[in-house]
Amino acid sequence: MKVSTQIIINALLDTLYMVSISLIFGAILGFILGIVLVVTRKGHILENKIIFSIVNPVVNTLRSIPFIILLVAIIPFTRLLVGTAIGTTAAIVPLVLHIGPYISRLIENSLLEVDEGIIEAAKAMGASPFQIIHKFLLPEAFPSLILSVTTATIGLIGATAMAGAVGGGGLGDVAITYGYQRFDNVTILVTVVLLVVLVQIIQSIGNTIERKLRRVA
Amino acid sequence: MIEFINTTKEFHVGQATVKALNHINLTIQKGDIFGVIGFSGAGKSTLLRTVNLLEEPTSGEVLVNGKNLTKLSKKQLREEKKNIGMIFQHFNLLHSKTVFDNVAMPLVLSGANKSKIAAQVQEVLTFVGLQDKAHRFIDELSGGQKQRVGIARALITKPTILLCDEATSALDPQTTKSILALLKRVNSEYGITILMITHEMEVIRDICNRVAVMENGQIIEEDNVLHIFSAPKQDTTKNFVQSVVRNEIPQSVYEQLNVIDGSKRIYNMKFIGVDVGQPVVSQVAKKFAVDVNVLFGNITELQGIPFGHLIVELVGSATEIQKAFLYIQSKNIHMEEVVAHEGEHTDYHQRTVGYAVHG
Repeated sequence: MKVSTQIIINALLDTLYMVSISLIFGAILGFILGIVLVVTRKGHILENKIIFSIVNPVVNTLRSIPFIILLVAIIPFTRLLVGTAIGTTAAIVPLVLHIGPYISRLIENSLLEVDEGIIEAAKAMGASPFQIIHKFLLPEAFPSLILSVTTATIGLIGATAMAGAVGGGGLGDVAITYGYQRFDNVTILVTVVLLVVLVQIIQSIGNTIERKLRRVA
Repeated sequence: MIEFINTTKEFHVGQATVKALNHINLTIQKGDIFGVIGFSGAGKSTLLRTVNLLEEPTSGEVLVNGKNLTKLSKKQLREEKKNIGMIFQHFNLLHSKTVFDNVAMPLVLSGANKSKIAAQVQEVLTFVGLQDKAHRFIDELSGGQKQRVGIARALITKPTILLCDEATSALDPQTTKSILALLKRVNSEYGITILMITHEMEVIRDICNRVAVMENGQIIEEDNVLHIFSAPKQDTTKNFVQSVVRNEIPQSVYEQLNVIDGSKRIYNMKFIGVDVGQPVVSQVAKKFAVDVNVLFGNITELQGIPFGHLIVELVGSATEIQKAFLYIQSKNIHMEEVVAHEGEHTDYHQRTVGYAVHG
């Protein structure tokens, strides 16, 4: 291996930084969009044709742009928002825009899985739309939401590998610049193994929490 | 009290318009246990849902204790809904919460304080017999226990009306009985008016005092339960009644007719609202020179009144049988002779002994 352990450790920390920060903002964006997509659809508690027919295609559009294109396409926007278009922090903006819509679809699916009877019961006891979301839909969908966020987190790790294109750093960047471009297979192997371990850990944590919530032995 | 006045509900399915409710006029009095029975798609579920506006009527009105809920503001409507409890076929409980939290939910929504919630939850859980299950999760309960939680949740806001949407249809017969007994207590102890929809005539028989039969979005027959069971008018009603009161004559009785001689006659004694306890059969055997053999019987109870029929064979001379027949009729028991049928079981029913010509 032609790179120092320190570089690998820094790269790992960069990856964790990018993943965690963009997950937080991405999840906030995703939850808002996901809830909007559910409650404004036809026949739902806050049916609103206009809002739904704006949000739905916007989410689709963002989801259909390949991340590497999104990364460079929104550079002016990134610069406006965080003052720079290069570096780890700069990579977070496109990561959020990439993962947010993805999370929103997962959230949408999870919320739609909740039995309609629950919503009917909520309406029958006079719950307001906000209460239906807050006291019925989200708690009932919670275990499934945890799995959705887990899936999104792993997708995010994959996306951070491309952050190197804007000098974002991270394990993926090390694998390409030190490993692939300098024919250092050992570095590639080490970074890949680290990524595999990271994904395994996150998936296990997600599964454990979900099972605890569902109270499955 | 619930009043449906010309209530109509239309659904648009593609180009077509389906009338789920077609000019319904119906009054459910305070204190009633009112059953609405019908096959799937008859509109009974829609009818129930117009009461708490889960479905809004297309035209006509629904008045709950004199109030038209569609005229209320959102806030007033939410307040009014606390007066209308509802339980469901599939319970519709939150799996993510405990029994306590499920039952407390309506109070939590209205911002009640914790000590008030705890006291009231304890009270209703005791009423439904689940005081020791407060901290269990819903998935740990049996179907009957889940429905008890549903009932407790419906009662926590102290409503005057309880809507039951096929509340026992997902339960086994034994559990159904216990849930119905509980609903009866809800009615008698809290004085709550119950409007229930079902496709099971047993449910109507066991607890309702009035019943409406629905078909194609209309009420085709409505009366008190005793009248519906004793004299159903519409074919659909008759079918429902026959599903619980077997008033056809069993084949074995007809087979007896084939071997009958002049000294025997078979009669169908119908008990409707009379005291079946009176020892008619033994009195007949003592007073007249006839033997009475009971061939088949089916007695059920409606509103505490025995209801059903008994098929008896009277053995003796023609004059003694005639005397016995008149005696039984004088006891207010409707009696018809069973005569040989030509293919169908229903041929017998217009004949009485006066003009029975067979044999």
